[in-house]
Amino acid sequence: MGEKAVLVLHSGDMDKVYSALIIGNGALAMGMEASIYFTFWGLMRLKKGGLEKGPLSKMHMLGMGKWMVKKRMNKANVAPLEKLMNDFKELGGKIIACEMTMEIMGIKKEELRADWIDEWGAVGTYVYEARDANITLFI
Amino acid sequence: MAEMEIDVRGETCPVPLVECRKALKKASPGDLVIIKGTHPASKKEIPMACEVMGLEILGIEDKEKGKEWEIKIRR
Repeated sequence: MGEKAVLVLHSGDMDKVYSALIIGNGALAMGMEASIYFTFWGLMRLKKGGLEKGPLSKMHMLGMGKWMVKKRMNKANVAPLEKLMNDFKELGGKIIACEMTMEIMGIKKEELRADWIDEWGAVGTYVYEARDANITLFI
Repeated sequence: MAEMEIDVRGETCPVPLVECRKALKKASPGDLVIIKGTHPASKKEIPMACEVMGLEILGIEDKEKGKEWEIKIRR
């Protein structure tokens, strides 16, 4: 142990949330520690019922693109985000929620999935975590 | 020593890797973990994860004319 991946999820786009949770789970599966710092649009995905709600980063086309991609994902048997989040938590992954975003967007703690969130923090928390990380990404 | 069998046939990235890790976490040292799958990249990446974690691979076998694989790991 000791190796660590620290990801910043700034985007709330569905495909990017997939990237963050897949990489996070991949790191945990390789025996690393992993944490994801949810900030700005990414934080919206921690709202109750919000995990799957993000638009597609490209070709969203008022939801039509997302619908098509979702259909193809189902066909390819891609796991839902909810499963990836539960796996991430089960394997010891850490979720950090950005407090400044909450202030800016007027989000209260009660609106977020507190059962997923391990820590509420600001930039210091990210830098502290990332200082000795082997992988750090801004998504 | 217990034996654990994980069936991830039909599952895609990152599920085979994740389910393998979940099983290894539940297993006790010395236990045998057998993973069956179809996802081609995972056949390569599960051994990579084992190497990183210092676990012994007892065998990698192709099944169903190469459409399926089976990996045996000693926890």
